[in-house]
Amino acid sequence: MNFAVTNLSYRYKVPLSISLVIVITAAVLSAVLGWQAYRDLRGGLIVGAESLGRTLSRALLPSLLSDEVWSAYETVMAPLEGVDDGGSPQRTITVLDAKGLVFVSSNPAEFPVLAPLSSAGPSYAQLQGAITTQASRSTALFEDRINDRLMFTVPILTDDGTHLGTVLLTYSESLFLPNFYAILTRVIVSTLLVLLVLVPLGWNIGRRMAVPLTGLAEAMARIGSAPRAQLTEKLYRGDDEIGQLGRQFEQMLNEIEQKQNMEKQMIAADRLAAIGRLTAGIAHEINNPLGGMINAINTFKHHRHPDPEVTQRTISLLDRGLAQIRDTVGALLVEARTESHALSPDDVDDIRTLVQAQVAERKVRLDWDNGVSELVPLPSTPVRQILINLLLNAVQAANPSGAVGCRIRRDNAQLLIDICNDGETIAPQVLEHLFEPFSLPGESRSGLGLWVTYQIVQQLRGTIEVSSASAETRFVVTLPFPENV
Amino acid sequence: MEHGHPTPEPSASSQNRRRALQQAAGLLLAGLALPVRGQSRIRAIRIGTTAVILNDQVRFLDEWARYLQGHIGHPVSFVHRSRYREITELLLSDELDFAWVCGYPYVSHRQAMRLLAVPLYQTRPLYRSYLIVSSSDLKTASFADLKGKTFAYSDPNSNSGFLVPQYEMLRAGLDPLTLFQKSFFTYAHGKVVAAVAKGIAHGGAVDGYVWETLALRTPDLTRRTRVAAKSDEYGFPPLVARKSIDESEFRGMQKVLTGMPDNPAGRSLLKQLNLDGFAQPEERLFEGIGKILAYVSTRQRLVS
Repeated sequence: MNFAVTNLSYRYKVPLSISLVIVITAAVLSAVLGWQAYRDLRGGLIVGAESLGRTLSRALLPSLLSDEVWSAYETVMAPLEGVDDGGSPQRTITVLDAKGLVFVSSNPAEFPVLAPLSSAGPSYAQLQGAITTQASRSTALFEDRINDRLMFTVPILTDDGTHLGTVLLTYSESLFLPNFYAILTRVIVSTLLVLLVLVPLGWNIGRRMAVPLTGLAEAMARIGSAPRAQLTEKLYRGDDEIGQLGRQFEQMLNEIEQKQNMEKQMIAADRLAAIGRLTAGIAHEINNPLGGMINAINTFKHHRHPDPEVTQRTISLLDRGLAQIRDTVGALLVEARTESHALSPDDVDDIRTLVQAQVAERKVRLDWDNGVSELVPLPSTPVRQILINLLLNAVQAANPSGAVGCRIRRDNAQLLIDICNDGETIAPQVLEHLFEPFSLPGESRSGLGLWVTYQIVQQLRGTIEVSSASAETRFVVTLPFPENV
Repeated sequence: MEHGHPTPEPSASSQNRRRALQQAAGLLLAGLALPVRGQSRIRAIRIGTTAVILNDQVRFLDEWARYLQGHIGHPVSFVHRSRYREITELLLSDELDFAWVCGYPYVSHRQAMRLLAVPLYQTRPLYRSYLIVSSSDLKTASFADLKGKTFAYSDPNSNSGFLVPQYEMLRAGLDPLTLFQKSFFTYAHGKVVAAVAKGIAHGGAVDGYVWETLALRTPDLTRRTRVAAKSDEYGFPPLVARKSIDESEFRGMQKVLTGMPDNPAGRSLLKQLNLDGFAQPEERLFEGIGKILAYVSTRQRLVS
């Protein structure tokens, strides 16, 4: 039950609650009206019986004084004229004499003349006791709950107050039940008619109240999968709590957008910074062959008459030097381009070329293992950025004349990048915060490299794990291929 | 039910009449000869009835009054009283011209009444008193079986509804004052039947003619009673006249009554009464009542 209620949409919960309140209100009102009708009818019965009892007590006085049984009988029968007295009469009028014996009754079968009242049943025996003890000076009402009867007693007193007898009216409570049921039916029918109008109205109001909330919930559910303008265009505008939530939601969307923009800028800046870091090495890479080529040309100039062998050697040297420069510049050009294509084996090899200068400068050994032999369904730019960042960090962190390992593999669903170095072990407490900005205070770099890498991996829905133990620090990046490829 | 005393109305209206006559005389003296018309100036013939026949008889009495008026040529009005004694008293004080009384008051006041006619019930001027009990009571066969029970009489001045049962009890050696735990009067034979039928009384004494007539008219009521015993036959309640009645008026009324079976309207009225006609009465018809009255009187003082 609780489970069902908590899981129910407000689209139904609010209209249901309002309808429920309406139904409960109507039901309570009906019950109160019914109860009131019951009380009124019963009260009316009591008032009528009391008044009849008083009238009878006056009218019966002469009959009791002159011991006229038959005239007393005719008097008590007069109010019951036309009432079916077969079976069990619903109204019985009995006259008791001063000794409490039946003088006459409208129901002689139950109350024979001269019989003691107590012989009519236990409740009457009780009543007889009550009549005699209270000296019958006043009208009294007795309720016989067992038999659903109301019993009224009115004393018959002469003008000088002598007690001649008692009028006993026995009314079955079922006397007013037909009227009560008629009223109850009317109340129920009216209530149903009112409900017929109010419940749809309440349902409609409830729906209208729930719409802003459900709209907001839908908009929130679509964050990331729908353009931002679509998310907010249908939002409810108002000053109530839901309106405030809507505005907060919009503000939150703005902030997320700003953050995303900032991250994008950071990643772009990082990429340019990486290129900057590469540039010095690359310049060296270009400069080396250039020096060799200039030397070769100078040597070639000193030969006034160069023999074909020297010429051939010089051209070959120029050829190789230019090819090396072309490769280096080529790799750099690709890195400087912002548009992305599917990652190719050449892209991966380009990275090796780009970091070569740093590797050479640090005099570390790079164990390069490129297992990619065909196109990988991942954008080349972010993957190259991850490789460059992690490789430059590894080269930087490796011991002088140490080793850096880079192993790249692909399978059907993902690309695996595994980069390790033999540098100093990173303390566990540092490791915990490694991907937060500026986490390595001693680092010469901006301190954003690993954070940017982490963000890129996140954007590609991949994972990055780091471990550092026994002189080996290892970063493992797993990049799943997009599902629609 | 009427509980009133003999009404002073007759004397009041006779005063009015006297005043009217004086006025008429005055007008005559003034030379304005107006024909004396309209029945209000003539003293209507007043006939007293009780529940000696059936109660609830206003419509029937109106019809009968019109019939009698048509045949006598004189206004006739019925005076109904619920108690026998009231009618007897009215007749004795000459407030009534005629009355349908019970045989018992007639025998008691023989010297002040003159027998006018006696109804013929099943062709004879006789009837019986019935001892009735509830139809569920199959045991009771006589008064002795009703010892300690409740009993309903019709009227203390009724022959069949009081005198006869008193006689029967005394003759059987029972004391009517102590035999029943309680006894009461209903002042009408029909109400005795009702009291027994509804269980107010265990037994009752009723005019046999009334019971039989009720058995024809409202069998539902009589079916709830059972006739436990029937008395000997007695003279049917007669119609009597005041002693001082004008002879021609007496003869005229007697003629109209005895002539009722001779015309359809009269027969229709008789049929409603469940009677065959009216006969000239004979004094000895009521000797039986006289005998039992004497018997009862010697045995106990009657409260009348």
